[in-house]
Amino acid sequence: MDRFLFLTFDGLSTGAVYAAFALALVLIWRAARLVNFAQGAMAVATTYVGYTVVSGTGSYWLGLGVAVLAGLALGALVERVLMRFVGHANPLGEVIVALGLVLLIQAVLGMVFGNEYRPATVPFDTDALSVGGITAVSPYDLWVFGAVMVVVVLLALLFTRTSIGLRMRASAFAPEVSRLLGVNVGRMLTVGWALAAAVGALAGMLVIPTGLGLHPHAMDMVFVVAFTAAVVGGLDSPAGAVVGGLLVGLILSYVTGYLGPDTTPLAVLVLLLAVLLVRPGGLFSSVKARHV
Amino acid sequence: MTATRTGLSTADRQPTRPSPLRRLLPGPPGSPGPGDSALLRHLILAGLAGTIVVLVTNQLEPYQNLQVARVCAFLCVTAGYTVLVGLNGQLSLGHGALMATGAYTVALTQQAFDERAVQGRWILPLSLLLAVAVTAVVGLVIGLAAARLRGPYLAGVTLAVATLVPAITTIFTEVFNGEQGLRFPSETPPAFLGAYFQPERWLAWIALAAALLTMLLMANLVRSRFGRSLRAVRDDEVAAGLCGIHVAGSQVLAFVVSAACAGLGGGVYAVLTATVAPGKFALDLSLFLLMAIVIGGLGSLAGAVWGAILLVALQELPSLITETFTLPSDLAQRLEGNLALAVFGLILIVVMIVAPAGLQGAARSLAARLRRRASSR
Repeated sequence: MDRFLFLTFDGLSTGAVYAAFALALVLIWRAARLVNFAQGAMAVATTYVGYTVVSGTGSYWLGLGVAVLAGLALGALVERVLMRFVGHANPLGEVIVALGLVLLIQAVLGMVFGNEYRPATVPFDTDALSVGGITAVSPYDLWVFGAVMVVVVLLALLFTRTSIGLRMRASAFAPEVSRLLGVNVGRMLTVGWALAAAVGALAGMLVIPTGLGLHPHAMDMVFVVAFTAAVVGGLDSPAGAVVGGLLVGLILSYVTGYLGPDTTPLAVLVLLLAVLLVRPGGLFSSVKARHV
Repeated sequence: MTATRTGLSTADRQPTRPSPLRRLLPGPPGSPGPGDSALLRHLILAGLAGTIVVLVTNQLEPYQNLQVARVCAFLCVTAGYTVLVGLNGQLSLGHGALMATGAYTVALTQQAFDERAVQGRWILPLSLLLAVAVTAVVGLVIGLAAARLRGPYLAGVTLAVATLVPAITTIFTEVFNGEQGLRFPSETPPAFLGAYFQPERWLAWIALAAALLTMLLMANLVRSRFGRSLRAVRDDEVAAGLCGIHVAGSQVLAFVVSAACAGLGGGVYAVLTATVAPGKFALDLSLFLLMAIVIGGLGSLAGAVWGAILLVALQELPSLITETFTLPSDLAQRLEGNLALAVFGLILIVVMIVAPAGLQGAARSLAARLRRRASSR
């Protein structure tokens, strides 16, 4: 029971990170109808920037802020410089460009910082606290969970309560009509990419210290898991991404805890296939229309 | 001298060969004329290419011959991969894992025979055949799921498959020996070639035979009724279905064919080094293969040749640079391995944005423009 509780809290904490990452994927999918396969590599890049600042200044919070800002800049840059110019003759074009970006970013990181693992430190205690005799949750887990939930609430407020959120939703939903009504659709796309990359950057800063270590390939597996989380929730639904992330985090925590860490990739694939073959729209899909 | 004779004799024998092959290969029914000539043309081309490569390998150093062999092994994979991605529009990122399936099948088969002290020339073709069969079955399983998935979903699922390779080898560590991988007896040239025959040349010939066979089958497949239905499904699934094409069936079959090619390529790749390890089949390998077919031009078999050559040649780039310029050792170490990755990534991005039809498409449009200019003059 003790172990079950520990695994549950651990799953919720990593699930929160998956949720943030899945949210970043969903943001771009809703804005541009493409899955950003470079999300993981971009998050690793901003995490390197963040930890360079941390080791330079000694302040974790400054590093975190810089990483998120770097995410905003990198997201906008990728959209303005690359994705905007991908032709639509081949529907696979955007995915292929994103995969090229993965190779490029990982190679550049390897050249600048080296391919070895670097330690990533946090100003929190990562050992689980004992409350009433039950070892369950560490202060760092609480910080991760809290930070992600704050971001989720902020994003929800942005999209439902502000003018720019309305314009972003409009240009994703009906680009032509929005353009006629005076919305700068191209700029909304850039803002969407920037926001998504910033959320991804935060997720990277949160997940890298939890046993992954800083490494150009650190987020490969996290990306696959986050993609699964986004698919579980339905690529179109931000709320689904959050629930999907927590759910996948819990499932993987139990699988890793009871069956061993090597089975995790297998569990991810089984989960992904099960959801796609049984409910392709995700667990929370509302539209049941058949697309032709 | 021996090699020259072998090469010439294959070229000589070809015109008499089509009759049994024609029954095996799909050709347009009811029109034996064009189907025949295409098959004949492919056979002659394959014979010529084979002869030239065999003649060239006679002049090469061992390391260069190994490079030729690697190009041929990759060509098996890229030929099948470009048919799947370019002609059928299914983006798989799991072809590195499929190569691993073929490679491990060869390794396990050869090890099994070695442990029972069974020896013979037939072990290599048998293990390669098994590699093709096993990988085709794996491809069938993935393809059955893939036929229900589109675009990014398929890419995501196959990405998950690609990350599975190291995990599988660690879970079943008593079979696959985890991170260390497997070793098996390396392939030696047959006795009739002489005692001092270069082993790397023999490896190059094996890989060449596999590559020629794959290219021949793919070239005929692309021009067959099946090839046309693949393209129809890619362009418009509903229209293809209305024309009586079994959409899901042709997608699954495309995946199986492509997987079989990847299995053969992976098997040959394992034979070249006589080892397999999960590290060689990481996610990067799948992305390298994607780069190879994108730079050549998606869906073009000639492009697959370009891609396979560049895939091997560009990996030599870091050592070439570190040899030409004297660099500080830590910088050289960082460039090693990373520079090729960066170049591959840049190529993927630039080609996809500037020339989505790849090298072969660019060459074709250049030729068309020159022809138009010549005719207008």
